[in-house]
Amino acid sequence: MTTTDVSATQATTMDVAKTMIRLEGVSKTYPGTTVPAVKELDLEIPEGEILVLVGPSGCGKSTTLRLINRMIEPTGGRIFFDGEDVTDVDPDGLRRRIGYVIQQIGLFPHMTISDNIATVPRLLGWKEDRIRPRIDELLEIVGMDPNLYRDRYPKELSGGQAQRVGVARALAADPPVMLMDEPFGAIDPITRDRLQNEFLRVQEELKKTIVFVTHDIDEAIKMGDRIVVLGEQSRIAQYDTPERLLAFPVDDFVADFIGSGATLKGLNLERVRDLTLSEAQRVRAGASLDEVKAAMSRSDDRWVMVTDDKDRPLRWLNPTHLQRTDKPLDELGHKVQSIVDKRDTLHDALESMLHSKASVATVVDRDGAYQGIVEINTLTERIRDMQSAAKAHYDEQEVGR
Amino acid sequence: MPDKAPPKPPPVDGERTVLMAAGAVAVAIAALIVWQVIANIDGVISFGQYIADRPDEILARTWEHTVLTVGSVVTATLIAVPMGIAIMNNTVARNVALSVAGILLTVPSLAFFAILIPIVGIGALPPYIALTIYALLPILRNTVTGLDGVDGAVIESAKGMGLSRMQRIRKIELPLAWPVILTGIRVAAILNISIAAIAILVGGGALGAFIQNGLTRFGFPGHVESVWTGTLFTILLALVFERLFALVGRLTTSEGLQS
Repeated sequence: MTTTDVSATQATTMDVAKTMIRLEGVSKTYPGTTVPAVKELDLEIPEGEILVLVGPSGCGKSTTLRLINRMIEPTGGRIFFDGEDVTDVDPDGLRRRIGYVIQQIGLFPHMTISDNIATVPRLLGWKEDRIRPRIDELLEIVGMDPNLYRDRYPKELSGGQAQRVGVARALAADPPVMLMDEPFGAIDPITRDRLQNEFLRVQEELKKTIVFVTHDIDEAIKMGDRIVVLGEQSRIAQYDTPERLLAFPVDDFVADFIGSGATLKGLNLERVRDLTLSEAQRVRAGASLDEVKAAMSRSDDRWVMVTDDKDRPLRWLNPTHLQRTDKPLDELGHKVQSIVDKRDTLHDALESMLHSKASVATVVDRDGAYQGIVEINTLTERIRDMQSAAKAHYDEQEVGR
Repeated sequence: MPDKAPPKPPPVDGERTVLMAAGAVAVAIAALIVWQVIANIDGVISFGQYIADRPDEILARTWEHTVLTVGSVVTATLIAVPMGIAIMNNTVARNVALSVAGILLTVPSLAFFAILIPIVGIGALPPYIALTIYALLPILRNTVTGLDGVDGAVIESAKGMGLSRMQRIRKIELPLAWPVILTGIRVAAILNISIAAIAILVGGGALGAFIQNGLTRFGFPGHVESVWTGTLFTILLALVFERLFALVGRLTTSEGLQS
């Protein structure tokens, strides 16, 4: 529920956050080829955030990820892990400090769930009486009942459950960094959505440094605190927060990759409470006809809202509704239907507005009490603001250079 | 089942095929015995008498047969499994090793024993060496097949978690390939039980002694009984091994891999 707050903080601390992993001019040319798969990549990965590498197939995003834990050995450049140059250290030791989750999961089928999760702690020489409670804790973190699943084998799990165990196994020894290669890519859309949400919830507590690879821009926008759009040979096309990426794609490549509907996607990242709301003229359900007419005369478009005694919206009225009637106010006009919560996204507000006869969305608080209204102009202004803010950010960088 | 044409390379993954083949052979031989029984009830009585008269000799020959089989298969396993791991990722080494093992398996067993005599003399040694070499192919091939069959994602994730090459082989790849490797060992054992029956021709003892005895005294009283005794106990030994392997398979294969 605090997505916007979090990203706002991050946007301001963007240049302050500590760098957890740094790639300096890293290249990878496979033997027998002359064209590098990754070409002189410089990348800083900030601590405690989810950084998403996204790009079309074959852009080298997976290769880039696998260079970090040296599943693929770089042919050039240096890799720093928490300030330490790890380009030449023992790769097995390095990998034990980095969680690794892949799309195919790769649980060990001959081991129980417990033994799968205990793999890295055992490699690190943890005592069994420390490992056992840790296994239960991790299963609970990923939403699985330890008593039910501890002693099962992978073949008894569904795809979604297996990936939960995969995540638990990667978290087992509490590594500061997790590398995730399309972790939810092979899971059905409904389960994927749930796993993504749960993972974001877990991350909110654990604050791991996560590098997440996907080819799906929507997943990138949802999961990423920051997004790196990669072009051929892992060239960084744009590196920014999801909000700014959507508001201001720096070139055609990024714009094409984000695809149509970038603005609409951007509306998902903003909340109604961040808008400056407009006011509607309101009357209580028990108001006299004169009060209603007075309110109408104050209203620009002659519409007034009838609310109940707890200020909850009931009806929309205009002068024609008052002719030839003796019905009470709360039975006249149109019912107020397009109601959004302050915590809803702008996308929800727009959706609601499109269904509304008056082309406005009414905003209420937790108790359903009136807070204000959102008009289409408010939204378009907000979109323009986001775009110009993003553009200003890039102009500033240009000047800075 | 003494020496005939060189045995064909056994099927690689056919636990079921092996069982069915063994079953078919057992049924055929049982039918032969029943036929003999019906044809000559006196013969059955004398067959039973023949066995009852020499329990010690039968036991000793069966023991020799067991030692020869187990010894050769264990030796072959100790050679073939590490070799399989070593040649796994090298296409050239792999093809060479599998071809050589395949060619060695086609050398007729009697000839193989004879070739070894000038080198190691007579006795149990030439059949032991020959049987070891015969057992290499099924075990080597199944080791390679079994390791090949390990899911790449499993190896990738093991590597990504920081298991060293040796740890991956010991904790992940071998346990996962084990059911297939064990099938190879089982095929080798059954194969060797049948070939060991001719070890007697180079002085190697074992149950083939009864068969040879019957052949050399062909036409004299008791020769049929002698041949049948050797054959029957060879088959029984093979069946006992089958059961043992099934049991070992269940006990040594992770529950997570069993259906």
